[in-house]
Amino acid sequence: MAMKSDRMQCISTVENLPVVTGFLEECADRFGLEARKKFRLLVAVEEAFVNICSYAYPDSEGDVEIYCSADGDAFVLGIADKGSPFDVLSLPEPDTTLDTMDREIGGLGVHFIRKLSDSVSYRREDGRNILRMVFLRD
Amino acid sequence: MEMQILKDAHATVVTITGRLDAVTAPEYEKRLNDLIAGEETGFVVDFEGLDYISSAGLRVLLATAKKLKVKGGQVRFANVRGTVKEVFDISGFGSIFQMDDSVAAALAKIA
Repeated sequence: MAMKSDRMQCISTVENLPVVTGFLEECADRFGLEARKKFRLLVAVEEAFVNICSYAYPDSEGDVEIYCSADGDAFVLGIADKGSPFDVLSLPEPDTTLDTMDREIGGLGVHFIRKLSDSVSYRREDGRNILRMVFLRD
Repeated sequence: MEMQILKDAHATVVTITGRLDAVTAPEYEKRLNDLIAGEETGFVVDFEGLDYISSAGLRVLLATAKKLKVKGGQVRFANVRGTVKEVFDISGFGSIFQMDDSVAAALAKIA
């Protein structure tokens, strides 16, 4: 099923999450990603988007660009910002085995990005942070 | 997200439907904090109608559960299933919270 590359742009504010989600849901439906995979994709993208709002542009708002495309059975999406260089994948993994209320929640977003995508990579290119995630058709 | 709050004999049943995400999580936290400040100590959260949860959602679930614990209260989660359950499991939070298969089962444990 062919899908042309699709992109959107918005300002880095959490209030724009529904716009991002709506855009990706449409793209994922056109690609034919099954419901469970689509859910994983939406959570991973929320985590990436919220990270950009908090860390790439900590004191201001900036542009976020999201694009997606089909590559065979792979749904590929990229999320880019022009904020300060920040590799979210460099953050340490949280200890998810701690069975206690004392657990802190920091680092959970990047844990979800790693676990929910089939593959993820970061690159810095032309002054932009680009996080690329791949979701395979089951 | 929609929230419905019902007072049972021994607990407050909070029904959440839709999405618990970075946009809606603050509302959940505020409503629960208001109830906790009002000296409510037993809560059952019904996840039956919840379609979506992210780390922002888990964060407020944990924050309110901690606050309750300090006050000697408790919260139990009912009907956490499907993809929402998967997010709990991946986070490792599935084992932190008290989970039940139904609201009735959760209420029975609080009574």
